[in-house]
Formats: sequence, structure tokens, C-alpha cells
Amino acid sequence: MRNYIIKRIILLIPMLIGITLITFIIIHLTPGEFTKINMQMDIRTSPDSIAKLRQLYGLDKPLHIQYFEWLKRFIKFDFGESFIDNRPVMDKILERLPATLLLNIISLFLIFSFGIIIGVTSAVRRNSFYDRLMMVFTFIGYSMPAFWLAIILMFFFGVKLELLPISGMKSIDFEQMNFFEKIIDILSHLILPVFVTSFGGLAYISRYVKSSMVDTLSQQYIKAAYAKGLPEKKIIYRCALKNSLLPLITLFGLSLPGLIGGSFIFETIFAWPGMGRLAYEAAMSFDYPVIMGVVTIAAFLTILGNLIADILYAVVDPRIRYK
Amino acid sequence: MNKMILTGLTIVCLLAMGAIFAPFLSKYDYKEQNMLERLQPPSAKHLMGTDEYGRDVFTRMLYGARISMSVGLIAVLISAFIGIILGAISGYFGGVVDNIIMRFVDIVLTIPTLFLILMLVVFLGPSIFNIIFIIGLTSWTDIARIMRAEVMKLKKAEFVDAARLIGLRNRNIIIKHILPNALSPVFVYMTFGISGAILIESGLSFLGLGVQPPEPSWGNILTAGKDYIHSAWWMIVYPGFAIFLSVFGFNMLGEGLRDYLNPKIRKENLK
Repeated sequence: MRNYIIKRIILLIPMLIGITLITFIIIHLTPGEFTKINMQMDIRTSPDSIAKLRQLYGLDKPLHIQYFEWLKRFIKFDFGESFIDNRPVMDKILERLPATLLLNIISLFLIFSFGIIIGVTSAVRRNSFYDRLMMVFTFIGYSMPAFWLAIILMFFFGVKLELLPISGMKSIDFEQMNFFEKIIDILSHLILPVFVTSFGGLAYISRYVKSSMVDTLSQQYIKAAYAKGLPEKKIIYRCALKNSLLPLITLFGLSLPGLIGGSFIFETIFAWPGMGRLAYEAAMSFDYPVIMGVVTIAAFLTILGNLIADILYAVVDPRIRYK
Repeated sequence: MNKMILTGLTIVCLLAMGAIFAPFLSKYDYKEQNMLERLQPPSAKHLMGTDEYGRDVFTRMLYGARISMSVGLIAVLISAFIGIILGAISGYFGGVVDNIIMRFVDIVLTIPTLFLILMLVVFLGPSIFNIIFIIGLTSWTDIARIMRAEVMKLKKAEFVDAARLIGLRNRNIIIKHILPNALSPVFVYMTFGISGAILIESGLSFLGLGVQPPEPSWGNILTAGKDYIHSAWWMIVYPGFAIFLSVFGFNMLGEGLRDYLNPKIRKENLK
């Protein structure tokens, strides 16, 4: 087990190099460029000033040297400074992290709890009206274009009924509020984005739990439990549930990067000040250091999430042993 | 044939007919502006009303279906092509080749796909062709993995041994004997891939990064409608519902096919 973990952690290094290299190549070999975008509009721009700007940001050096310079700083956890406002990339990311974390922890909690409930109850009452209803309901959520749902909800609850704020995370008069008003203010801003994010993710978890549960219920040891005369409730919630929830650990590990990376489509629509919007803004303004920083962190978390899931799996399930 | 396949197929066929026969189903031109008939509600003359330039929304929806359908289909074909080839090579030959291909798959999987797509679209410029290729080039990894697993299973089958015994070349064994047997799970995944591609295209177009007006796309009709949400609901409701319906249709079809191809579930449904 220990050797396995060490091996996986060592494997992290070539993976990260591969990922950053691919991102780097995409950034630098595509036709659009930071200097062009930001100077094109200005008629006073001369080729000379573009050259100077390229020199300032180190874009004139050969690609492999630029990459090694980036790598050298990255080893010290330094992602450089943003091209747009010259602030350290790390600061910009840390500043956006809490908003994304808050939103995604709540939705992840809701997705998993409702997903498990729906999955288990439909597996127990398989092929009943309830099962079919839940399947259609989660299927609708799964197929719903989130941005459309967001607009409609924003219009109804925000504009028509004026019940909920439609964008951002805080009201304008946030600073003047007392502690409780602040909490209520943030919560009310959270309702719509949380609903939209969770509705889409529900189908995945609930169907996963359902098929896993159905599988478990057909196992021999469940039949044995019935034969022994255990009450059905005990069989379902004690014996079957535990075993069928095991694969969820993998899903949880897989959702870790989304937890921190956020989604740029949601965050742009709701003007949510999180990581997704930071990534979106960085891509739109060709802010290379921020793009590299966001991708590296997201990739690192994905690998870490997988690793944690694999380890947890081995801890929980005694049948799994890594060499 | 189960109900899910039937529902999915009906929805997909209806949308495909709308896309194919667009010029016959509407007498308007999707680019023709008519400032005298701006923002008109749905009526017999304009089935889904008109937009801010007086263009017929129904016509734009039909041509939008062309965009969505072709983006979905072509992008998935590209990703299936890459995924099938890499997966088959990886699964059949194993060893070092397999290791290299699979590590590459791991790396691509680790970069957040949507952000990768966003980045490429911004850098290469928004156009239908770029979007199709970008989606195709970024979403082949799952297909490669599925294909690899199938080929690894089939590699040990007796009929493959027999093919090898009579002296067939590796390429022939893969193409003629293994591929036809390995394709069904890939096919199921492809239907989900189409709905995913439609969602991505409409999301990008909605953000102004996809199909550029005056070319119509469900996503950009919705963007235009967003500014008139108080007065022109038809510019919000119809395109959004069309996106939903097509994604729903392809997902249904995929889900139905998956059940159909799963012998365990099929047996149960027959009972």
C-alpha cells in the first residue's frame, strides 16, 4: 500500500509536465496573441511598440526557454504575474477560491444526499411508478441546458417576483449589514446557482446508486439474509446499502476538481466571483500566466482526487489491495 | 425495441427532418430583416414570432437545428475516429505502445475539457468549423478507453486465435474481425457524445464564442433573446426548449441502446 502511494506520487511529476507542456503549446502556437489583442484597437500602435511589449513579457524568447523559465518558477509555487493587472497569479486564484468552494460544497452535498436517496428508493421499488417518475425527473435535469434554466429562473424569481437576487455573491450594501444579515444575504444569492448546479448533477449520482443497488440486491448474500428471515428494512439499509455505496467514493474523488475549478458557464451567467469566471476572463484576455496557473492547479487536483479515491477505496473495501 | 429507444429515435428524427427540410418548411429567409415586423409574438404568419431585426424565429430555429445537428454528428465522428484507432491499437498490441497511448489519454483527461475547449475557441477564433474540430479533438478519450477494454476482451477470443492461425495480418484481424464486434459500446457512447457536443456548442454560442450572428444557432438566438426577456418570451423559450429536446432525445436513445445491448437488463425486460 505504501509503495503504491509513493509510486503514484512519483507518477504525478511526468503527468504535470505533460499537462503544462500541452497547455503551453496550445497557448503559444495558436494565432491569437496577448499583445495583438490589446494593441490592435489603438491606432498609435507601431510594430516597434508591439516588439517592446513582447520583450517586456518575455514573449520574444524561444518557446522552450519560455517553458523552462515557467517551470523554474513553478517549482517554487510561483505562477508569475497576471498580464492584465500585474498581480501575482497565486493571489488572484486564492481570492476567487472561497466563492467557488462555498457554491460547490453546498451543491455537492445536495447532489450526493438527494442522489443517494433517489437512487436507493428507486432501486428498492424498481419499475414502479415512483421509479419511472424519478428517472424522468433526473433525466430532465441531466438534459437541461444549464444556461437556459438559469435565465428562466433569474427572470421568474429575480425580475418578476423580485424574491431573489440574480447575480453576484453580495448585495451592494453588504458592508453595512450586521453578521446575520450578511449570512442571509449570501445565502439568498446562493439559492439559484446552487439549484441550477445540483439539478444537472443529480441524475448522474442517482442512476449510479440505483444500478449499484440493483446489482447488490441480486447478490447471493442478500438472498441468504432474506432466507435467514431478517426484516427487509434491515437487509436493505444495513447489508445492501453499505456495499452499494462503495463505488461512490470514486465519483466523489472525480468531483473534487469541479469543486475547486468551478464552471465558467454558470459563473459567467450568475456573475459569481469564482475560479470559473477567473479562467474565463483569463482566456478571453489572453492572460497567459493566469491560464497556466488555473490549468495546473485544476489538473493537480484531478490527479490528487483520483489518488485519494483509490486510497479510500482500499481502506474501506478489504477486497482491494494495491501492490 | 424498448420505449426509450423509440422515444429518443422519434425526437431525433423529427429534429433531423426539420434540419434537412428547412428551406421547404418555411417561406422566409433566415437572414432577411424586416424592421416593420420587429419582436412580433407568435402568430399564424410567424409561428414562433420575430426577433429584434424582424427575422422569422421559426426559420432561424430550423437553420439552427442544421448547425446543432451537424456540429454534434461531425464532432462525434471525429472523436470516434481518433478514439477507435488509438483504443484498438492500444488494446491489441499492449505493452509499451499501450502504455504510451494510455498515459497520453490520462494527461488529456486531466485538463478540464470545457476550459480546454474555451481556450482553443478563444485562441483560434469562433467559427463553426473550429468548434466542430475542437470538440472532436478534445472528446475522444472516453471512446479510446472503451475501445481498448473491448479489444482486450476480444483479443483472447477463439475466433481471433483462428484468424491468427490461418496467417492473417494484424491490421486485417483488427479491422475485419475485432472492430465489428467491439463497436456496439462505442456506438452507445457516441449517442451521448452527440448530446454533449450539442450542449457545448449551444453554450459557447450563448456566450458569443460559437456560431456568429447573422448565422443562426439555438445558442445565439437565446443570447439575443436575453436582452428582450421582458417583452419577447418566444426568443427565450423556443431555442432553449429545442436544445433541451435534442439533448434529451439523444440521451434517451443512448440510454435505451445501452439497456438493449446489456443482456442482463434485456432478459429482465422480456419477462
